[in-house]
Amino acid sequence: MVKEVQIVKTGIKIPLAKPKVGVAGKTGFWRITRPIVNYDKCNKCFLCEIYCPVNVIRVEPDRGPTIDYDYCKGCGVCVDVCPSNALELIEEE
Amino acid sequence: MGKLVALTGNYAVAYAAKYAKVDVVAAYPITPQTSIVEKLAELIESGELDAIMIRVESEHSALAATFGAAIAGARAFTATSSQGLLYMHEFVHWVSRARIPAVMAIVTRALAPPWNIWPDHSDYMDQRDAGWIMGFAMDNQEVFDLTLQAFKISEDPRVYLPVMVGLEGFILGHTTMPVELPDQEIVDQWLGPRRQEYVIDGREPLALGNLAWPEDTEEMFMEIQKAMNNAKKVIKEVDEEYGKLFGRKYGGLIQCINCEDAKYFAVSMGAWTGDLIEAINKLREDGYPIGVIRIRFCRPFPYEDIWEKVQNAKGIIVFDRSISYGAWGPLFSDLITGLYHYTNKLPTMSNIVAGIGGVNITYNDFARMLTNFVETIEKGEKPPVFTWYHKR
Amino acid sequence: MMYEIIFYGRGGQGGVTAANILVLAALKQGLYGQGFPFFGAERRGAPVLAFARISDKPILRHGMFYETDILLVLDRKLIDIGVTKRVTVRDNGVVIVNAPHNYKIDLDKLSLEGKAKIYQVDAKKIALEHNLVVAGWPVVNTSMLGAFSKATGIISIDNITNAIREYFGGKIGEANAKAAYQAYNELNLLMEV
Repeated sequence: MVKEVQIVKTGIKIPLAKPKVGVAGKTGFWRITRPIVNYDKCNKCFLCEIYCPVNVIRVEPDRGPTIDYDYCKGCGVCVDVCPSNALELIEEE
Repeated sequence: MGKLVALTGNYAVAYAAKYAKVDVVAAYPITPQTSIVEKLAELIESGELDAIMIRVESEHSALAATFGAAIAGARAFTATSSQGLLYMHEFVHWVSRARIPAVMAIVTRALAPPWNIWPDHSDYMDQRDAGWIMGFAMDNQEVFDLTLQAFKISEDPRVYLPVMVGLEGFILGHTTMPVELPDQEIVDQWLGPRRQEYVIDGREPLALGNLAWPEDTEEMFMEIQKAMNNAKKVIKEVDEEYGKLFGRKYGGLIQCINCEDAKYFAVSMGAWTGDLIEAINKLREDGYPIGVIRIRFCRPFPYEDIWEKVQNAKGIIVFDRSISYGAWGPLFSDLITGLYHYTNKLPTMSNIVAGIGGVNITYNDFARMLTNFVETIEKGEKPPVFTWYHKR
Repeated sequence: MMYEIIFYGRGGQGGVTAANILVLAALKQGLYGQGFPFFGAERRGAPVLAFARISDKPILRHGMFYETDILLVLDRKLIDIGVTKRVTVRDNGVVIVNAPHNYKIDLDKLSLEGKAKIYQVDAKKIALEHNLVVAGWPVVNTSMLGAFSKATGIISIDNITNAIREYFGGKIGEANAKAAYQAYNELNLLMEV
């Protein structure tokens, strides 16, 4: 409940950052392993999307997960949490 | 015109928050702070204050919630004491380093163990490196005025730092004294809407407190030091404006009593300065030329203002109601360092630590210490640099 | 002028409230006031102190005191068991005791520095007549304030009763103000020493 507030900028240096996609470059090239999806096994539970630490997985209710490989670092968390073994971690070529 | 009422120090704090029209109060009760939170809860419940009271499970959360609300743009307030303040210490630094205006009242109380609920300045002075502006009141009228002024100072774009308002538990917090409450409309006009550097309210993604390189980090903290310097000017301006509007001007960062013709100076902070002034009024009748410098703000430390008064002093005695163990009273250390900016020939200086754990120091005690100090110097001797004055 | 006043009562008898009302009454009289409880834990029924200061100048002094100009004893049994000896009544002091009309005071149970006037008022009886009972106890604190006004003359009975009305408000304020007024009229000088 804020009655009234004015943002009066003075340009002081503050510990505030605006998160943006790609500020550290395309971090997908850090990847040495890659998660791949077996859409036949996927039950669209959304767990991979929720657990992905870099927020690069989107699950469509009718299709399943899409992984943005430009930024996926291949950590394998999605593979670990998938209850239906629809994700597999393979060696990056 | 204002309205004269009888309020405890704690109620004076609560009423100041009401007059500042705070949006959010988040607090956890602790002796001797409790009646601030009780009064604010009552004012919110009755609809006299349009605010949200966030009930939290600890002081750490109390300041975290206050901080969160303040970041979102709310005029936010909290209060605590003693162990509670220690428990919230991590967030004390978060608020100042994030440059978020906020106000917190500290109803000072000794630290445990042993368990002790009586007033000294140990809890308050423990926070002096945290980047907060730190004010301290002498009576309940000043408790009210200072708390209200704290919002104005904190939200000034030249400052953007949180402000702590100190008042001793019991001797102010639980003591009923006359307080003049101002006209709400004049307060509204004077205080204006809340101002801050940035708002995080979910409209755009922002990250606060993420990793920064050493050089960037240092530059942010250098800005805090700069803001502290700016605050000296802002505090004086606010004191002037407030004096014009409401008829009470205290003198900025320090208040001087009987300083004009003084050869000796007593420096102290807080309610016991009243007892000190009473002692000096008495000693003046007996020809002791002593003046009192009351520190109203110890962060930023007002060494420039004090130097102006003590340039020709024969002796300065500093009364501390807390101690940095293994060293001295913190006001004493700060003052010596501050005066060294101007001279390498300091006047005779003496530090008394007293009133720790709530030991009651009366005007008679002060009179005894002061006569001892002055007479030792007049005899051509040097009084001890440090004394822990104890009585039972 | 500066008067230091002690209310000696039991936890729950309203000594602190009386001290706070006295501050309000002092403001109405154009004086400065200070009122506060004993600094520490208090328990219902235990002997406790409350303090007040009244002055024509801003009060600089803080903290508790055990030498007083005016001692108000809210329960005469506190004198009988001798705890009131802890407080010294200064020369030309005033002691006001809540006790029945035929109360015989034992001066050995008081610490009098010099001359003193000792008054009696039956605050319990007055409270019961005005149906002032809270949690089973008669409310004696407001009657003691009426007696204070008469015995000392520091604050007028009108300012005392107006402060009581303002403090409590409504019917309760009115009943307490009446009790104070009755105590003002029924105050009785027990002895002068």
